[in-house]
Amino acid sequence: MIAIIDYGCGNLFSLSSSLRSLGIECKITGDKDEITAADKIILPGVGAFGDAAKKLRDCGMVELLRDQATQGKPILGICLGMQLLFEKSFEYGAHAGLGLIKGFVGPLEGQVPKGLKIPHMGWNKLNLAKADPIFKYIEPGDYMYFVHSFYARNCVENTLAFAEYGVAVPAIVRSGSVYGMQFHPEKSGAKGLALLKAFSEL
Amino acid sequence: MITKRIIPCLDVRNGRVVKGVNFEGIQDVASPVELAHFYNDSGADELVFYDITASFEGRALFTDALTQVASEIFIPLTVGGGINTLDDFDRVLKCGADKVSVNSGAIKDPSIIEKAAKKYGDQCVVLSMDIKRVDGKFHIFSKGGRIDTGIDALEWAKMGENNGAGELVVNSIDTDGVKQGFDLEMLQKISDLVSIPVIASGGAGKKEDFLELFRAGVADAGLAASIFHFKEVNIMDLKRYLNENDIEMRI
Repeated sequence: MIAIIDYGCGNLFSLSSSLRSLGIECKITGDKDEITAADKIILPGVGAFGDAAKKLRDCGMVELLRDQATQGKPILGICLGMQLLFEKSFEYGAHAGLGLIKGFVGPLEGQVPKGLKIPHMGWNKLNLAKADPIFKYIEPGDYMYFVHSFYARNCVENTLAFAEYGVAVPAIVRSGSVYGMQFHPEKSGAKGLALLKAFSEL
Repeated sequence: MITKRIIPCLDVRNGRVVKGVNFEGIQDVASPVELAHFYNDSGADELVFYDITASFEGRALFTDALTQVASEIFIPLTVGGGINTLDDFDRVLKCGADKVSVNSGAIKDPSIIEKAAKKYGDQCVVLSMDIKRVDGKFHIFSKGGRIDTGIDALEWAKMGENNGAGELVVNSIDTDGVKQGFDLEMLQKISDLVSIPVIASGGAGKKEDFLELFRAGVADAGLAASIFHFKEVNIMDLKRYLNENDIEMRI
């Protein structure tokens, strides 16, 4: 069973529907016992980093997630959920993240060439940097759906795949059993579902 | 780099997709779920659902259909039609919409754009505009293109961007239904003015019209309805054709 963490950040309908369509059992929950008992954890998230980090702290998820990561449980952060895995973010101020993956989150603005729109929104290609079981059902060059204005920095060693948008945008990152996807696999058609399937089989 | 997008638009009335040949001759086309599957399988990059129902019952059927589509189709979904308040945003987002498009609702109360952008994020708010030339100027029309509001379309587009709209749908009433190509002149003026993505609507009749649109560099996406519904243009064929002509597409 995959626990999708409900901490009041984001619409979880598509994510749970996409897992169900793959026949994967999942539950949207904020209950610590249920999350601890699950085989895998997904940390979703949309909105602002500062708010989301505060909500995670307020419901005691920070310690729980760190503990689960230490035990080697597969954890997948999606979109803002991926960004929360890093040490800190400079989205409107400086905020501490979970620190499960080395690196920080900064704005695309000022980094991407002029003429490229922000947010980075739409279908972009995955360039695979390393081999990984998460790629079991996809191929280099498959497209995923991105919507974000901030991106992970200083995390080359932990980057499995990146997307080209004037800068190399880390698209899939991994440290131990902790994965992050900057795009929305639950909105990326059959290829996105293929990544979720691979995660469920880790 | 991100691809250009091809977006079919589905007009839904009482829970069924309809496409009017003209305003009087609305005909039933298909179930939203069947059509959404068909478009998803044929490579649509996004789907737009437009609720043209006026009644309360019709709205309930719409949200049922939307929920079913969102639980089976995993590409971005945009919902428009009858969006006037934050409650309307809430209603469709809970059914699985990713973006919400406001049109007349923003004309009635422009502050809805800013309020929704603050609450749900810019990426969630789409400002849809029906535009027609009046005495050499571009005017915003309301009520499905029937009433001239007198609002200058360029100022309106800029207002939308400044208040937090994440995308603009630019529908040209002048080219809509004519099938002689998109309104490149209008699109050029708007895309020069804003830096958010512009979705072109109105005028697509054949594959070449999309190539012309993207080569002109005046839009990030092309939206159409009848040419896809009536299978005059197949989305996958269209995307292959564009790719062969150096327009990056998700194939």
